[in-house]
Amino acid sequence: MTQINADDVSHVAKLANLSLTDTEIKKFTPQLTKIIDYISELSEVDTKDVEPTSQTTGLTNVTRSDEVVTGNILTQDDALSGTDNAHNGYFKVPAILSERTDK
Amino acid sequence: MKLPLTIKETQKGLLEKEFSAVELVDSYLSEIKKKDKGLNAFLTVTEDEAYKKAKYIDNSMLKADFFESHSLFGAVVAYKDLFLTKGVRTTAGSRVLSSYVPAYSGTVVKKMEEAGAIMIGKTNCDAWAHGASGENSDYGPTKNPWNKEYVPGGSSSGSAVAVSAGMSLISVGTDTGGSVRQPANFCGVVGLKPTYGAISRYGVIAMASSLDTVGSFGHSIEDVETIFNTIKGEDGLDATVRNFQASSSKSQTNSKSKITIGVAKEYFAGGLDKEVENNINEAIKIYKKIGIDVKEISLPHTKYTVPVYYIVMSGEVSSNLGKFDGIRYGNGRDTFGAEAKRRIMLGTYVLSAGYYDAFYLKAQKVRSKIIEDFDNAFSQIDAIISPVFPTPPFKIGEKSDDPLQMYLADVYTAGANLAGIPGLSVPFEFSKKGLPLGFQLLGPRFSEPTLFELGKIYHKAVGFVPKTAI
Amino acid sequence: MKYTPIIGLEVHIEQSTNSKLFCGCPADHFGKKANTQTCPVCLGLPGALPYLNSIAVENILKFGLAFGCDVNEFSKFDRKHYFYPDLPKSYQISQYDLPFCKSGKFRDIHIRRIHLEEDTGKLVHQTVNGDKVSLIDFNRSSVPLMEMVTEPDFHDTDTIVIFLKEVQLIARYLEISNADMEKGSMRLEANISLQTQNSNVKSQNLPDYKVELKNINSFKFLEKAVNAEIIRQQEILDKGEKVDNETRGYDEIKQTTFLQRSKEDAKDYRYFPEPDIPPLSIGKSQISNLKSQIPELPEKKRKRFESEYKLSKDSIDILVSEKSRADYFEEAVKIGQGSPLSAKNIADLMVNKKLDHEYPEPAGLVKKIVELTKVVYSSNDDVENAVKSVLMENVKAVRDYQNGNGNVIGFLIGMVQKELKGKGNTQTVREKLLEKIQK
Repeated sequence: MTQINADDVSHVAKLANLSLTDTEIKKFTPQLTKIIDYISELSEVDTKDVEPTSQTTGLTNVTRSDEVVTGNILTQDDALSGTDNAHNGYFKVPAILSERTDK
Repeated sequence: MKLPLTIKETQKGLLEKEFSAVELVDSYLSEIKKKDKGLNAFLTVTEDEAYKKAKYIDNSMLKADFFESHSLFGAVVAYKDLFLTKGVRTTAGSRVLSSYVPAYSGTVVKKMEEAGAIMIGKTNCDAWAHGASGENSDYGPTKNPWNKEYVPGGSSSGSAVAVSAGMSLISVGTDTGGSVRQPANFCGVVGLKPTYGAISRYGVIAMASSLDTVGSFGHSIEDVETIFNTIKGEDGLDATVRNFQASSSKSQTNSKSKITIGVAKEYFAGGLDKEVENNINEAIKIYKKIGIDVKEISLPHTKYTVPVYYIVMSGEVSSNLGKFDGIRYGNGRDTFGAEAKRRIMLGTYVLSAGYYDAFYLKAQKVRSKIIEDFDNAFSQIDAIISPVFPTPPFKIGEKSDDPLQMYLADVYTAGANLAGIPGLSVPFEFSKKGLPLGFQLLGPRFSEPTLFELGKIYHKAVGFVPKTAI
Repeated sequence: MKYTPIIGLEVHIEQSTNSKLFCGCPADHFGKKANTQTCPVCLGLPGALPYLNSIAVENILKFGLAFGCDVNEFSKFDRKHYFYPDLPKSYQISQYDLPFCKSGKFRDIHIRRIHLEEDTGKLVHQTVNGDKVSLIDFNRSSVPLMEMVTEPDFHDTDTIVIFLKEVQLIARYLEISNADMEKGSMRLEANISLQTQNSNVKSQNLPDYKVELKNINSFKFLEKAVNAEIIRQQEILDKGEKVDNETRGYDEIKQTTFLQRSKEDAKDYRYFPEPDIPPLSIGKSQISNLKSQIPELPEKKRKRFESEYKLSKDSIDILVSEKSRADYFEEAVKIGQGSPLSAKNIADLMVNKKLDHEYPEPAGLVKKIVELTKVVYSSNDDVENAVKSVLMENVKAVRDYQNGNGNVIGFLIGMVQKELKGKGNTQTVREKLLEKIQK
């Protein structure tokens, strides 16, 4: 039986950028435990020498030519139309203090 | 006026001036007004857009060449609210997008519009297409028009109900693990889940990118076929799409040229409701009677369909829903509902360090075994006949407490998504309680023509007559 | 205690394609008005899908081939997940286990891999109405970015600078990027640790920690930043303490490095294969076709210039540092054949006088030089003055001549020419001299 405790759930929530309430953590912990326990039954399948499938089309090398397509470019107004938090044509968020985890 | 039930009837009526497109829109809108309070199939009704388009069609009708290039002229359509419609609110059934108005329309919507379809509205669905009952919508559950105490199935609940209840002629939905076939089955309409890569997903809010397909609903196989032929094909925007080339069916390569249907023995092992089972057996009998060969096959990895599906799907869901951070559009991540949060959590877990190999990678490998099962089967047969859901429609609230029990019921539908193969949900008969029953036909990739053919043969044999629920 | 720095680099180079990596928006974002070059794809709108730019792939393959990399026959993209406001999809489409290029080399530096990914948006930190805010511009989002990862083969900053200049130069030779650090089209991260020097035994083990140094935005600060970090680590190790695995930034004003992220916030990028982009299979014929498109690379050109034209190392370095100048030089040499101009003359005039900047066409340059050599003599006034001063300073020689020693004239001519830096017409000088002496 896979044991998922509240700390694991909190850790995963942090990775997923979700801020869960204590009630939610309490609710999700047993539910996720049960689901993870169930999906763990895959371990019984022999997959030695089996290639994983991440796409089913069999397509390769699908590319486009390097051309600017002006028809799909959004105007600044359209780009910003989904938010009220804009300033001088920029999206605006509270100051980011923490550095990015990459680059 | 009596509303037409097929695209053909609609177009005949328009051509013979029995009614105008504006009158059609009048009638559908009055149906919606009359019925939708109790059904909750629509999240947005696009009255202005519909009249505008209807007037355009009424004016264009005078030009003879209009019809040839407009396969859907006059067809009133409802889009699942996962389809982006420029200038028309699109919510994905979630509070996160409660006031989101897209800056662009997707490929399918554009193709439907160009083919002359009239958008009547946007339909309710399980939020982010997560669910098989229509109960997970943040805007309240959709009801089954055959009996409002029952679920209509999901996640394309509103799209199935809109057609079933005569509030739209046709509709479009998405099928990631059964979300078109299952509500079609529960609402007694035809539903197609196409081959993955036959229809562009551009402009459809992604659930699980390697599984998502654009499906369609109608009262007849012919209508679903017309929609499919209209919206399929490359658009230069979805790199996984290729132009349709029908797979050479076994019957074409076989000297006897006789279609063979397979029955997977694993689909009839425990858990299948008796009434559903009897109904399938009845259908098999009818197929035999009209001269179709029926053969038992084996899909040995069937029992792993659901675990593989839930790992792959939730992993991709957690990735696709990350972009909803409230910065560029929509509300913050705290507005996600419980089911979305659960799937994001599960998906994040199966992809996280230390668990990826045991869950995600393992699932992708077992996925290969499941595909191999189908490939083996399709080397002997042309199509598989199968239940869509283990039970007939169930009551609202009956299964909502136990997510795992709901997940398990995806066993018959999710395999087609994992393998990227098409599935056609064919309505037939009713349960003792008067709720729709039916079956699905699965075929190899790009075998839609074979599935349509088999569906039509069947409906002809049983004298199927399209009808609305109410 | 003596230490050897062990340094590996991660170099990001933004490609100068016409359009972005996964959409048709213009890739050239420098100095453009914020959020005017975005579309559903690069803005991360719902429903949008990536569609791969074929030239971006060709560019990275050429880049890898230029460094002698192996090209993976089968390659794919992966999603790399993390949340940051300038990353619109919450994942970056990058490459995890199957990068386009691997196992390359430049001189003694081994290149582990080069992969292709999309760039992020740009953040600007400001105070707006008294609130500290971050502003986001997505014009840069999804511009093609190559990431080159080297083995930890660097031990000093000089080698790093030489290597980076070469990377920059190769990118420019291939015309795939201007690789301008100040404009952000070339960015650097350095993984730095120190190895204790054992007197005799050469330790095979690398240090058991490493510090990732970021925010190095110019060649100017590169040496200072790396050296500041080396000194910081030295001081810690000298105290017998351990250096933590962490990410540090460089503060250009304080000239020190500062902690950005400690190892407790371990990264968990949850990579998985990108379902929206079919994988790539790259055949031998495509590789040889791309190879044939690669021009002569700087290192080879340097060697050839040395053996073919016998130029000085400095001249070679200067000429080769711009492909157009190297080409100009060779063109001029070709045109100048048969004239008294040597390759060395041309190189000198280009390197020292920058004459190539005045004449856009090499033919023009050669013509001009030939003309110049005709009128190169000093003016009559100059000659007159030089003769006067030489005669005044060499009264004895004048007297010798006047006493019948005719040979002295040669000496006097030489003295005048010295005064004129060799630019006097000997005939004119002789005439002037004789004119004055015989008076």
